[in-house]
Amino acid sequence: MTRLALFKHALIALAAVAPLHVRQVSGRPVPPARYGLGRPATPQEIRAWDVSIMPDGTGLPAGSGTAVQGAAIFRQRCARCHGATGVEGPFDRLVGRAPTQGFPFGRDASLVRTIGNYWPYSTTVYDYIDRAMPYDAPGSLKPNDIYGLVAFLLWRNEIIADTATMDARTLPRVRMPARDRFVRDNRHGGPEVR
Amino acid sequence: MSDQPHRPHDSVTLTRRDLVAGTAAAIGLAVLGRGALAQAAAPPGPSRAPGGPATPLGARAPHERPRRVVGGMNREISLTPLQDLRGIVTPSDLHYERHHAGVPVIDPGAYKLLIHGMVDRPTVFDLQALQRFPAVSRFHFLECSGNGESAYRGMRPDQSPQDVDGLTSTSEWTGVALSTLMREVGVHPRATWFLAEGGDAALMARSIPVEKGRDDAMIAYGQNGEALRPEQGYPARLLLPGWEGNTNVKWIRRIEFADRPFMTRDETSKYTDPLPNGTARIFSFVMDAKSVITFPAYPAKLTDAGWWDIIGLAWSGRGRIAGVDVSTDGGRTWSPAALEQPVLPKCHTRFSLPWKWNGRDALLMSRATDETGYIQPTLAQLRAARGSGTRYHFNHIRAWRVQPDGAVVFGLEG
Repeated sequence: MTRLALFKHALIALAAVAPLHVRQVSGRPVPPARYGLGRPATPQEIRAWDVSIMPDGTGLPAGSGTAVQGAAIFRQRCARCHGATGVEGPFDRLVGRAPTQGFPFGRDASLVRTIGNYWPYSTTVYDYIDRAMPYDAPGSLKPNDIYGLVAFLLWRNEIIADTATMDARTLPRVRMPARDRFVRDNRHGGPEVR
Repeated sequence: MSDQPHRPHDSVTLTRRDLVAGTAAAIGLAVLGRGALAQAAAPPGPSRAPGGPATPLGARAPHERPRRVVGGMNREISLTPLQDLRGIVTPSDLHYERHHAGVPVIDPGAYKLLIHGMVDRPTVFDLQALQRFPAVSRFHFLECSGNGESAYRGMRPDQSPQDVDGLTSTSEWTGVALSTLMREVGVHPRATWFLAEGGDAALMARSIPVEKGRDDAMIAYGQNGEALRPEQGYPARLLLPGWEGNTNVKWIRRIEFADRPFMTRDETSKYTDPLPNGTARIFSFVMDAKSVITFPAYPAKLTDAGWWDIIGLAWSGRGRIAGVDVSTDGGRTWSPAALEQPVLPKCHTRFSLPWKWNGRDALLMSRATDETGYIQPTLAQLRAARGSGTRYHFNHIRAWRVQPDGAVVFGLEG
């Protein structure tokens, strides 16, 4: 076929396809506000998965525990990774109030952040143990166990008395030493280094 | 390129068996009168015998052995070999990893994403439902906010780009826009945050402002043309372009809308940035602009003086890279590098600068500028703003020292 003949064929082919093409474009559906996909979640499903605990205590379950009860569970389930008193490791150090003045973590890389010197909310201790601990068997602790562990760790960090009972009412009221140290991000692009 | 430039003469018929046997091929050469006794012991070149068959699953050339470096007390991190990569995409099997309780095995048939809280219609989506929504595909980097700490303190000269900054990777991510799912469930106007929670053994969870959900967040199920890798959140993960890696919650199983943040461990105890003034920055989501030279860099060695191509990667969590400057004299003078297309927002961008090395000591640096006008700071600038003890977001200028023998080492103090 000559080049001219090819060109003619191409033109004919194009003319034949063009109107069809236009019809297809005009037929594209307008996206709906909703696609109607997925299915309604049942209250049971939501209850089974909703483990969130808020700083105001929303989500905390029934149950309670004290430092004495928590100490026994800590020995069995936690000490292997966090040390006999929550200080020795090898994994995260949980206990320690120093430095008590000035929150100098930005100035000194050697400081270890613990529950006592760094965590701003007491409820986070419950929330995190419930989600993720112990590392080798998360989800295996009952609410009374967790309240006991939280009480033990807060007592070891000199935040509550060894006689205090932690439950859904008392835990959110525990004010953490580092509560007011956190500030919102003030970086927003542009030439300034923040 | 063939190492056997002359093919057998047409009139010589070689059987298949001749072709696969090295000695027979050598006889063939002798028949052709090439008298190649020296070549007789060598196997035939790739142009002298048919190669291997097609395969159901490809593999790298045996000479190419890029590897992640695995670390951490629980083997919870691995670093991308930045110095082995070209272009901007990270091969999925080399994407960096950071896990908070290992890589879960999730049956895609049993997978569910629950969206509830401050919504009109609490809804469960299975994987097929997610994939029935209109899909979007975008190229974005992911970077762990702890990336580059060893460039901030404890610098060692024998660190590669992978060792220093390997917790960053770029993929093409495919999924459904979170804004689409938000319309589907009817998020309340008063909802300001949502919790993103993974289905791993840590139920890893982060609070995210709703605006990010409406902006460019997606639930991704595809990576570089295929399903997500297990270590990247299979079968579905949250993707928050430009934000610190851990907020891109993998194996996502639950999203809860609320009118305040949840204050999980990974947004209070971890991933907050202590500052020199006795405070700590919380919810420091965006990864600021950064660049790294990936060649020449340790352990590469320049064999000769003369022309070399300085190459590297630059990215910003706030948009596109506007430019990268390169210095070969420790920051005294800078030259604009070329940016390789495509230059995409919140995505690795490849830069390069031809450089004629004079064989003497040289200190190479790169400095990225993003479209907001943010300029990658020096180490001194970042230390002044953040303090020597801060954690995360170490995006300052890096340096590589080229020594007169051609060896390249990391850091300002060669």
